Amino acid sequence: MKKNLRFLSALFISKAAMFTQKLFGMNASYFPGKLAITLCPDFLSQIDKPETIISVTGTNGKTTVCNMIIDALMANGYDVLNNRAGSNINAGVASALISGSTLIGKAKKKIAVFEIDERSSKLIYPYVQPTYAVCTNLFRDSIHRNAHPEFIFRIISESLPKTSHLILNADDLISARLAPENTRTYFSIAPMNSDLPESINIINDMRICPNCHSALKYHYVRYHHIGNAYCPSCGFASPKSDYIAELNFKENSLSLTHASAAEHYPLITNSVFNAYNQITAITLLREFGLSAKQIQAAFSNLSIVESRYSYEKIGNTEVITHMAKGQNPIACSCVFDYVKKEPGKKEIILMLDDVFDRVASSEIMTWIYDADFEFLNDPSICQIIISGVRCEDYKLRLLLAGVAEEKLTCTPKEIDAPDYLTLSNTDKIFILHELYAAEEALRVRNKVTEQLKARRE
Amino acid sequence: MEKQIIIESLFPEIANLFGDRMNIYYLQKCLPNAEFIDTNLTSEPAFVKKPVSMVYMGPMTESQQELIIHTLLPYKAAIQQLIENGCIFLLTGNAMEVFEAYIENEDGSRIEGLGIFPDVYAKRNMMARYNSLILGEYHGIRLVGFKAQFSHSYGDNQNQYFYKVIRGCGIHPGSLLEGLNKNNFFATYTVGPFLLLNPLFIKQLLILLGIKQPTLAYEDTIMAAYRKRLAEFEKEKLKYQ
Repeated sequence: MKKNLRFLSALFISKAAMFTQKLFGMNASYFPGKLAITLCPDFLSQIDKPETIISVTGTNGKTTVCNMIIDALMANGYDVLNNRAGSNINAGVASALISGSTLIGKAKKKIAVFEIDERSSKLIYPYVQPTYAVCTNLFRDSIHRNAHPEFIFRIISESLPKTSHLILNADDLISARLAPENTRTYFSIAPMNSDLPESINIINDMRICPNCHSALKYHYVRYHHIGNAYCPSCGFASPKSDYIAELNFKENSLSLTHASAAEHYPLITNSVFNAYNQITAITLLREFGLSAKQIQAAFSNLSIVESRYSYEKIGNTEVITHMAKGQNPIACSCVFDYVKKEPGKKEIILMLDDVFDRVASSEIMTWIYDADFEFLNDPSICQIIISGVRCEDYKLRLLLAGVAEEKLTCTPKEIDAPDYLTLSNTDKIFILHELYAAEEALRVRNKVTEQLKARRE
Repeated sequence: MEKQIIIESLFPEIANLFGDRMNIYYLQKCLPNAEFIDTNLTSEPAFVKKPVSMVYMGPMTESQQELIIHTLLPYKAAIQQLIENGCIFLLTGNAMEVFEAYIENEDGSRIEGLGIFPDVYAKRNMMARYNSLILGEYHGIRLVGFKAQFSHSYGDNQNQYFYKVIRGCGIHPGSLLEGLNKNNFFATYTVGPFLLLNPLFIKQLLILLGIKQPTLAYEDTIMAAYRKRLAEFEKEKLKYQ
């Protein structure tokens, strides 16, 4: 594309800004792109792009999937431009393209993998047209920004270029229907013993047929609307998969059937939720052109980054911090389900307040009534210490979930929460924290471990 | 013998955004002897066949608004009669717009509503999400809540508003009158869930349902949460948007 003087000036200035930021140890993943788009509004249109662009969007799992794809490609010798260092909105993509371009805006790399914020699709896809567009799933998320899945679906569907080949989850009847005119490859997980006949979650946003509005029937459900469904009235049904996975958690293996042939991969997770992420990445990599052997080798050295998880064992008690993304009822429900299913007698410290809202505003709490706190109503969970400003709200939610009042303790200060642990034959202490409360969670964890050590002495 | 309380939820399979289904779960806890009916899109509403004490409907997506208007249109006269007769209605979020004259899209096209409140209409702007806190007053009761919506209502609700706004906005930016009210019909954009955030209003609702001395489920906890939020919302420095 022909580049005008305005573009070249914006590129030069943003490159200078990037250089300066890096000089001061900043990751320069947002500001240079923001600056470039401000100076030249069609910057993304004018800058040259790599020949092959892979985009990954979706409500949950996009960072994990992006990381797997990038790592697998790099392990196979590809030089990949990406935005994993920072922002996934248009400024982040622009920053990545700036870093991967020459002074006259020529792309230095042949492949790019970009994580794309769902709402930013419309600002990115018209200019940065993915060769392969991956959507992990679509669920309810923050009501401030994302409203509801239908809104996000429409944004993505309407902004995807017709030329993009889609990689979609056949078990997610929301995202599976994106951009119906585009070519696509579906993946799914074959029926499992743990499947349910119907959703037990509060949220299931695929209860009615999108064509005739009759009640959908499910062959099986994994969680929320993830499963295999059909409409008994009009014949609408989950699409057929091109790649069908069978999971073997005991042997940590994953068998993927494609074109009547089975391929075997190491399964690098113990949850169905993350298995979907791995299968998404493998499907993309196979469609991209890597051989099963190349992917197997790459995955044998990969693990899901647990940057939002920590584990420590003091004596017989395990202390686990686990991120439970606030304002995201699906992410929290999955964490609660995971905690419930973990063996042993458990105590939980909840620190789910939005750390920004509580400074100057008051958090919109609707999401806690969409999240399955019911999973925490389990005999194996003997105490829940609710910390933070909104502790009464969480207490009410847990009472509604059926948790006995004597199991609940409230404290407005997170750091005081460990003082209320009973530590009586407790096998596991879970500290479930909001995304931006990670540092405070570590302080709370350290206090817990000190208490445990003191008891041992 | 006390009159049997029957509470009907309309289309809970879709009209359930923003946790508002919990309005009904909470009423179930407060009214263990009441009958609760879920009416789905393919069923005839219970209010057509038998006397119901209260009808509830929660927020939905924009395309579902159209579907629900279409589904309820044959029952418009029955609904009007129920409102005249003093049946309780509680509508939260954009469920209110279903009962208005029409919903106008950004391009000027209109979706005809039930027209039960013909002086009021809604305008959508899908590119302008409105998120805010709201503080108001209904017959001496302070109400708190949240707003998260793409549309606002316009027209005249001066003689049929639900509550007065102290901070935040009413049916549209600049309005200090929130929602719609006629007899025992209450509609508000406020989500929260609205009832769980406003225990004192629940008591009023229970009185309307015929409970002489209403008590609330988990009363201490719900009142503590309410008092704390109210104190925050009344602080002048609190950021509402």
